[in-house]
Amino acid sequence: MNHDALHIILADDDDDDRLFFKDAIEEIKVKTVITMVKDGVELMDLLNEPEKKIPNLVFLDLNMPRKNGMECLNEIRRNHKLKDLSIAIYSTSGLEKDIEETFIKGANIYIKKPNDFEVLKNMLAKVITLNWQYHTSGLNRENFLLNIK
Amino acid sequence: MKLHVKYDINLCCKIVLQEQLDKLELKYTITGLGEIEIKESISPSKHDELKGNLTKYGIELMDNPKNILVQKIKDAVTEIVHMKTLPNTNISEYLAEKLNKAYGHLANTFSEVTYTTIQSFVMLQKIERVKQEIIDGNETLTELAWKLNFSSVAHLSSDFKRITGLTPSAFQRIIKKRKENQFSE
Repeated sequence: MNHDALHIILADDDDDDRLFFKDAIEEIKVKTVITMVKDGVELMDLLNEPEKKIPNLVFLDLNMPRKNGMECLNEIRRNHKLKDLSIAIYSTSGLEKDIEETFIKGANIYIKKPNDFEVLKNMLAKVITLNWQYHTSGLNRENFLLNIK
Repeated sequence: MKLHVKYDINLCCKIVLQEQLDKLELKYTITGLGEIEIKESISPSKHDELKGNLTKYGIELMDNPKNILVQKIKDAVTEIVHMKTLPNTNISEYLAEKLNKAYGHLANTFSEVTYTTIQSFVMLQKIERVKQEIIDGNETLTELAWKLNFSSVAHLSSDFKRITGLTPSAFQRIIKKRKENQFSE
């Protein structure tokens, strides 16, 4: 069992959303270390840094400047080095078509951004404890799909 | 072409353990449930060497007693959930008896270490089994519901939806398309 903190990255260009997310995650019991980036280029640069420890979980906004979430998703899933990384899409869209599309492209989790802080906190708690289970219980990550509305 | 394999995880792990223990010339018995009895004492350097060698197989040598107990609970749950047909016994009684500890103690330790409950871990494992069975595609949901002790297909579907946010058929469709997508690239 790994008792180190869970390493998380949030890629989102909206300043308020990042702040909101950080506050919510800090209230969750599981120990986490969070890094924030503002767009897809920054994210991919961070993930591609050689020798750097691969995070456990990335939250990916779909609409970002320079490189959007879908492009990042495709790049991450083509990179064998990042195969153990769980990807959570964090988007304002709740369209079934968008949700399925990201799952098919290899996302593990889909979260529709809520407007309420308590709702966000509960959603993140669920995502993180479940990801923790996959991380520590040897579950098959290829079958890890979670859709939260 | 594609080859399909079916493996016995317990056997794989046991063979890896035997090979690694033999390599260090230790005298041992593998007692099952993730326990190895070493006949004589093991030197700290050999202990570390064994720990290092096992890590690359995803096997962890554990030291903290709470973690050990949690791992035993997880192993027992995994074992029961992967039986061909799940027994009708109450899981809390089964665990208490198998691990020879009061269920309350097991439940508290589990929650403290994993931030979740035994019950939700059992449900998570059952849903994982359902996912794998859906992918293998040998049985209908009705058959699965019966085998895995869900009271009906409707319960299986609603538990599946509650845990994953998806219906079993959406899950099946996504996994199928994902595979097609991988092969077309």
